[in-house]
Amino acid sequence: MKVGSNLEKVLESGKFTVTAEIGPPQSSNPGPLTHHAKMLKGSADAFNLTDNQTAVVRLSSIASAVIIMREGVEPVIQMTCRDRNRIALQSDLFGAAALGVKNVLCLTGDHQVFGNEKGAKNVFDFDSVVELQVFNQLRTEGRQVGGEVVKDPPKTYLGCAENPFATPYEFRVSRLAKKVAAGADFCQTQAIFDMGMFEKFMDEVVSRGLDKKIHILAGVIPMKSVGAARYMRNKVPGMIVPNEIVDRMKNAKDQKEEGIKLCIEQIEHLKTVKGVHGVHIMAVAWEEMVPRIVKEAGLMPRPTFA
Amino acid sequence: MIVAKRKPLAEIVEMVRPYKKVTVVGCRSCVAICLAGGEKEVKMLVSALRLRAKKDGRKQEFEGFVVERQCEKEWVKEVEEKLLDSDLTLSMACSLGAQTIGDMYPSHLTFPGLNTGMFGVPEEQGVWSEKCVGCGNCIIHTTGGICPIARCAKSMLNGPCGGSANRKCEVNLEVDCAWAAIYDRLKLQNRLDLIEPITPAKDWSTSHAGGRRTYVREDAKLTPHQKKGKEALK
Repeated sequence: MKVGSNLEKVLESGKFTVTAEIGPPQSSNPGPLTHHAKMLKGSADAFNLTDNQTAVVRLSSIASAVIIMREGVEPVIQMTCRDRNRIALQSDLFGAAALGVKNVLCLTGDHQVFGNEKGAKNVFDFDSVVELQVFNQLRTEGRQVGGEVVKDPPKTYLGCAENPFATPYEFRVSRLAKKVAAGADFCQTQAIFDMGMFEKFMDEVVSRGLDKKIHILAGVIPMKSVGAARYMRNKVPGMIVPNEIVDRMKNAKDQKEEGIKLCIEQIEHLKTVKGVHGVHIMAVAWEEMVPRIVKEAGLMPRPTFA
Repeated sequence: MIVAKRKPLAEIVEMVRPYKKVTVVGCRSCVAICLAGGEKEVKMLVSALRLRAKKDGRKQEFEGFVVERQCEKEWVKEVEEKLLDSDLTLSMACSLGAQTIGDMYPSHLTFPGLNTGMFGVPEEQGVWSEKCVGCGNCIIHTTGGICPIARCAKSMLNGPCGGSANRKCEVNLEVDCAWAAIYDRLKLQNRLDLIEPITPAKDWSTSHAGGRRTYVREDAKLTPHQKKGKEALK
């Protein structure tokens, strides 16, 4: 056991793991976080707190993590390289660990052009691979990237993301391999709608034995409407939503219900894909659906450890 | 080369409005080649400014000419009289030219007529694109000759981000994803083994992050004796 977070325990136990996501509010009001933490407690093994996702200014992921921890919910903080150089990244890692945060997801970060501060100067001192490598060196060797020895280094369980659906496709498994080599313990994938394409990606991951070195959590997004399906198909960079899925949503009598049904079917299928260790449910602005999805996908109750 | 763009006419008109006598100085180097501040562009701007002043009923004089390389003192020195005879110099060179004049004649006003953009190359007639950011430590021999720092919107050193579709950059769909281009080039060169080794944290101290840079070539500097000789020749 590297860190002993709940997420690590569940993954290491070999049980099919569930993570979900809580989007911090665009304000300093902790209310929505507390509300979601209370509502979602027990429905997943850990919850991601996004870090100014799509470059929209939100309550910070570290502060959000502390707020949900007060409710007894385990966080995974996302940390992007967009807004912090190596000084701030390492400092925030110290801070997060000191506050009791044990899981960190390393991301390069969405470009600010997609957000609500388009005039911002970005940082990108690191990319996510280097971030993982530096955080891994901190926990294993107790040494900063600049060489300084750290007496009480942060012990964190390290995650990464990977998107099998972004070009160049030929690079995707290699990129995952780099993240494994850099020290990632778990990987949450981009939302999967094209199951065939995902399975092709996983075949290569498994044939290279990468699934034995990293826990792969397959990403899913429950859709509220055909509009959401179309939006993801047409507007979200690096997402593939097949037309059959858009049509299925369009033809549904009750689109919300169809979205939930589809998501559950996807999870049921993902359970059978070789190399998949769990699912990551991104119910964007629809967090309240997570307990139902997890339950109806036959994944309740979540394991507990004494 | 250094690629620049002329400022919008309205902005230039506002900048020069308070000054009676304005000298517009172009440059025959990079900015002439990128059609921003060469002879033709200076002439066009001078006539536009004259027309505008006339239309607005302002008594302003505009004169325009170009120097060989505005970033070198020797060339600027040749036109010193004309520059100092005006109330304002509007530089149509890149910011290096404008700052050379400003540093040589600190009490004289020199304003920029161009927005200096990038180290770029002409891709086709009328199209320039950025390919270098001057980080001070070139690594393109490991990336198929394509710079990911300049050509990737996130300057990623370890492969593509998760946002590209159809091998284009998510930030600008007209632009090729740098890492798709790197992948293709390395494949062509039979060097795909370079894809997986991790490029560690880059030392940015050789870039602007390390503060303003000065490069000194001791062997190229003049000795005190040579300096004296040069002075004597003047």
